[in-house]
Amino acid sequence: MLLSEAITQGPEFFSLAPWIIFFPVIGLLINMSFGGRMKERTIGILASSASGLAFVTSALLAISLLAHPEGAILPLAEWISIGDLQLNWSIRVDTLSTTMMLVVSGVGTLIHIYAIGYMHEDVRFKGDPGRYQRFFVFFNLFIATMMILVSADNYLMLFVGWEGVGLCSYLLIGVWYDRDLLGRPGTENALAGSKAFIANRIGDFGFLMAGFTMFWTFRTVTFSGVFAQVSQIAEIQPGAILAITLFMLLGVAGKSAQLPLFVWLPDAMAGPTPVSALIHAATMVTAGVYLVARSAPLFSAVPEAQAWVAWVGGITALFAATIAVGQHDLKKVLAYSTISQLGFMIAAVGMGAYVAGMFHLVTHAFFKALLFLSGGSVILGIERGHHHLDHENHHDEEVFDPGDMRLMGGLRKKMPVTFLVFTVGAVALAGIPPLAGFFSKDEILAEAFHLNFPVYILLAIAAFFTAFYMGRQVWLVFFGDPRHPAADHAEESPPVITTPLIVLAGLATLGGILNLPWVHTFTHWLEHTFETFHLHLHPGKFNLLIAIISTALAVLAIFLAWLLYGRKPLLKNQADPLKKILGPIFTGMNRKWYVDEAYDHLFINRYIDLARFLSIKVDWDFWHDWFHDRVIVAAYRQGARILAGPIDLGIIDGIANGLAKFFQAVANRFRKLQTGYVRNYALAVFAGVVVLLGYLILQ
Amino acid sequence: MVPISYYIILSAILFTIGAVCVLIRRNAIIIFMGIELMLNAANLAFVAFANQHQVISGQIFVFFVIAVAAAEVAVGLALIVTIFRTRKSIDVDQLNSLKG
Repeated sequence: MLLSEAITQGPEFFSLAPWIIFFPVIGLLINMSFGGRMKERTIGILASSASGLAFVTSALLAISLLAHPEGAILPLAEWISIGDLQLNWSIRVDTLSTTMMLVVSGVGTLIHIYAIGYMHEDVRFKGDPGRYQRFFVFFNLFIATMMILVSADNYLMLFVGWEGVGLCSYLLIGVWYDRDLLGRPGTENALAGSKAFIANRIGDFGFLMAGFTMFWTFRTVTFSGVFAQVSQIAEIQPGAILAITLFMLLGVAGKSAQLPLFVWLPDAMAGPTPVSALIHAATMVTAGVYLVARSAPLFSAVPEAQAWVAWVGGITALFAATIAVGQHDLKKVLAYSTISQLGFMIAAVGMGAYVAGMFHLVTHAFFKALLFLSGGSVILGIERGHHHLDHENHHDEEVFDPGDMRLMGGLRKKMPVTFLVFTVGAVALAGIPPLAGFFSKDEILAEAFHLNFPVYILLAIAAFFTAFYMGRQVWLVFFGDPRHPAADHAEESPPVITTPLIVLAGLATLGGILNLPWVHTFTHWLEHTFETFHLHLHPGKFNLLIAIISTALAVLAIFLAWLLYGRKPLLKNQADPLKKILGPIFTGMNRKWYVDEAYDHLFINRYIDLARFLSIKVDWDFWHDWFHDRVIVAAYRQGARILAGPIDLGIIDGIANGLAKFFQAVANRFRKLQTGYVRNYALAVFAGVVVLLGYLILQ
Repeated sequence: MVPISYYIILSAILFTIGAVCVLIRRNAIIIFMGIELMLNAANLAFVAFANQHQVISGQIFVFFVIAVAAAEVAVGLALIVTIFRTRKSIDVDQLNSLKG
């Protein structure tokens, strides 16, 4: 039954595991030190090879796992040793972590290659070639930290990676920190990076609290140490495990952009498209899913926490899907779609369908990276068209947003390859069989149907919206007539960009093979890891009814999208047809249900008020004006006066002057003796001799 | 044999004359002579006692005193000559610039 039983004696490469981190670190060090003197292409190829070598290593690890499914733990160094706490920096190779390594390095390498072409054009349009090197250094750093995250053997090491990827996300969103979203001088990109970082910080607070509570309860933070005690602790202190898991959920909500902390992800689209694809779609944001799957024994011990996670995921999936429907920006649609799909995964792992969640994570990495990258190709194509126009027509100085779908249209003929791969991604995401998205999403829905029916309803509706907004996007972007001259002059991207797209399109098409119903390759693969912690997976039962329902919903949604956007393509300056039908609801979707405004109103402005109060009233008025300028200055002056007057003049000078006067007075007496007449001195000597002699004689 | 007390009395008289001379005279050279007189009174006492006790060290001491007195005379007279050149006088009562 198990694939591994066929190969009992296979090659074993576990000792290579540290190289998944070392390769990208070497790449980034070389690029950081010598990138300034290298050609653009050399930098890009070096960074891609570093990531590619990490992929090869991961693949070797996966091959080793086929023969030795129990995996291995490689201690690299002793890290922390305080009292009873012994933490090693060790790399955990098991089927779960290796799955993540393969996704991160595999998709990562394709995106690295894509970025060679993309960033070349991006720096050309935005005019700062130095940013090219910086970008690839950060990109490799991201791969390295993500590898630390997935290969961690304890929660503290995982946290190092967790923070590292957050830092890389911040750095890469703000790679054009001195530009606004349209490439003009401004701070919007920097602000978007800060927003991502701060929202993640709130999540990290949850992660830290979970870690502290865990250490308090279990006295260890290693995976094996914690999971070994779960069943025992769950009987004595179920509240502690509930607290740990709920705090962890807050961390997951931050990193994986779930309600209520999802607001940073749409803004993070300010970063270059490869960043959006790699970090904010395929890998980093799935770290939360990985964390829940990794902590499966903890979550399985407390059903309340599982329900919380499933509900957060389900509500986020639907909520974000409705927002995606109302967006006009190409990347924003994909961003909300990512949040929604992450909601699917979180709901799945929350319900205990860990395999379904991880499976969707993998296929989603394929097709969402594909969508983002081909979206980036569309944007580049339009920028090329716009650039072309600028040459023809010099007084065209209007502000032009190359990501606005209302200005696109008709790109099917201008960019055929991009059109083809984008459509593959869209169909895969919509969940049409036999593409990858169908199998993974259907597995989640089938599991939800049995495990948590209300969440199933949420997810099914979200799946309907998913198909609808993807249909809307494809028709808006690629069909009809160009609604802007730039779209009319759009050009197809070079092979360095389209080749990774084609590979990803292949993966998005065939990804479902990983875990076909009735075969369950992926389930058996992950089983080895979960069985280590005495957690038995039940292979998801394929439910034909649910498969038919979800496919029918998807087809219906695509048909609706065709009715609205395909039958009569949008014309120039025409309002979105959905707006006429839905009215204020569409405005709500378009404005993201005013969540940002609500947060501004509830938290951010209150925080600014507090900061203003603290700075003006407390710091300036109280501390500076009153305390420093009045109290301290007055006290100082008073003190100085006392010290200068009575103490310095009175006592210290008094002593010095008094001594001087005393000696002066004494000296005035004695100077009378000094007559200057030698006779007097001689007489004194004579008298002294007489006295001495008299004394000696009379003695 | 002249008794030792005679020498001592002569020495005391000479010493007293020298001391009084130093104390009351104003001429620097006369004061100098008073000092010489006192030195020689001491010399006389030395040789008298040396003879009395039949030891040679008292007489040797006298030679040293004479030698030192000669050196002192050289320095003292040079001082007096210099003072005379600047003040046109050797009256010690006028030399009171060290008055406090």
